[in-house]
Amino acid sequence: MPWISACSTDDIDAEDLIRWDHGAQTFAIYHSPDGQFYATAGRCTHEDVHLCDGLVMGHLIECPKHNGQFDYRTGEAKRAPVCVNLRTFPVKVEAGQVYVEVP
Amino acid sequence: MGKRDYSPFGADAKRAVDSGLTAAEWYHTEVPRKVMKDLMARSDGPAIRDTILLYGSMILLAGIGIALWPSWWSAPFWLAYGVLYGSASDSRWHECSHGTAFKTPWMNNWVYQIASFMIMRNSATWRWSHARHHSETYLVGRDPEIAVMRPPELAKLILNFFGILDVLKFFPTLIRNAVSGPTAEERTFVPESEWGKVQRVALIHLTIYLATLGLAVALGSILPLMVIGLPRLYGAWHHVMTGLLQHGGLADNVIDHRLNSRTVLMNPISRFIYWNMNYHVEHHMFPMVPYHALPRLHEVIKADLPPPNRSIAEAFREMWPALKRQLLNEDYFLKRDLPPTAKPYREDFHQYVPGMMRPAAAE
Ligand code: FES
Repeated sequence: MPWISACSTDDIDAEDLIRWDHGAQTFAIYHSPDGQFYATAGRCTHEDVHLCDGLVMGHLIECPKHNGQFDYRTGEAKRAPVCVNLRTFPVKVEAGQVYVEVP
Repeated sequence: MGKRDYSPFGADAKRAVDSGLTAAEWYHTEVPRKVMKDLMARSDGPAIRDTILLYGSMILLAGIGIALWPSWWSAPFWLAYGVLYGSASDSRWHECSHGTAFKTPWMNNWVYQIASFMIMRNSATWRWSHARHHSETYLVGRDPEIAVMRPPELAKLILNFFGILDVLKFFPTLIRNAVSGPTAEERTFVPESEWGKVQRVALIHLTIYLATLGLAVALGSILPLMVIGLPRLYGAWHHVMTGLLQHGGLADNVIDHRLNSRTVLMNPISRFIYWNMNYHVEHHMFPMVPYHALPRLHEVIKADLPPPNRSIAEAFREMWPALKRQLLNEDYFLKRDLPPTAKPYREDFHQYVPGMMRPAAAE
């Protein structure tokens, strides 16, 4: 599966996320408070809402629609009403660029 | 549109799905990301302060009520206690169900469980009904929390100022939940994985009510019920009063919260009881913003919203005639003017949905 350059490390504030679209797919890319980068599917598993307007708190992303939460490192659903885990994707950083291994 | 069918299995529910209304994207005022992040930030401080004040006041008021019982001098203390039990618990239930009141999850959960008990809602069921209320606010047949159905049944609304219908509905449901889990209707919005939890919560609530009732019988006094249970009746009026204003007389089947929700400026005591949910358009548009930041959010987006009502009385003066008109014409709704700075209402969608809201109905 190819590694695709998604953004620069400066594009995302620490403890925040951005939306990244690639082809027909949409992703959420996170910059954790400890300086790491992560990627998940862009849309919540509860309803069809993008997570990019949500709130990152530590290693959790809270969905903007009903406040469901996921651990964005593992995709694990952490707070109702989300019950289904979020898909995650491998990420690497090289020369200030964030790469996502897209399926 | 004709007669509305509020059943989750009815024609309007089906039409809302088939027409694409339930999947449509809701209108949002644009707010810069940095400003929104600041507004969404969580903290424990304001909710700890308010919770100590709330539960401290309740203990004090109930203590004085018990000390003065059975004298009529105890009545004002019970009335004040009742409002905190039967009305402030509604807003605590609400804010903690969103998980936004406190930063610390267990604090949200504890206050949520206590408030759910007091307001007589199954904490496991209502979490899901409220999620639906946010996804599909006032979509007929889809939103399980429509407080004022059309045509409005004014006698029922008035009875509920004393919680009567809510309580009459609550106990049979509680027993059914305790015996066999969620009802058929509840199973339409509670996922199967949670059905066991619904039953467990019902058993806990039922046990507490039976113990209170047993104590009242043993003492030969209704005093235990004055503390647990009855305040849901004699203290309900404030949450019903503020709750009716949230959406009453406004549009249904729309995807713009400025059309179906109402922001009302209120006195500080009502705002404490209601935990700032008087900023209701703001809350629906941005449910991630904690209650204590809603006044700031209001300042940020008010140029895009209809002007708020300036008091509870003014809001009732606006809503009540609209409810009365809906008795004769259930398609009637209030459509407030937007300020010149606002983007137009998002109502384009409805023109593609035969039989749904027509702007002409709002004349
Ligand atoms: S859409 Fe994400 S929690 Fe409901």
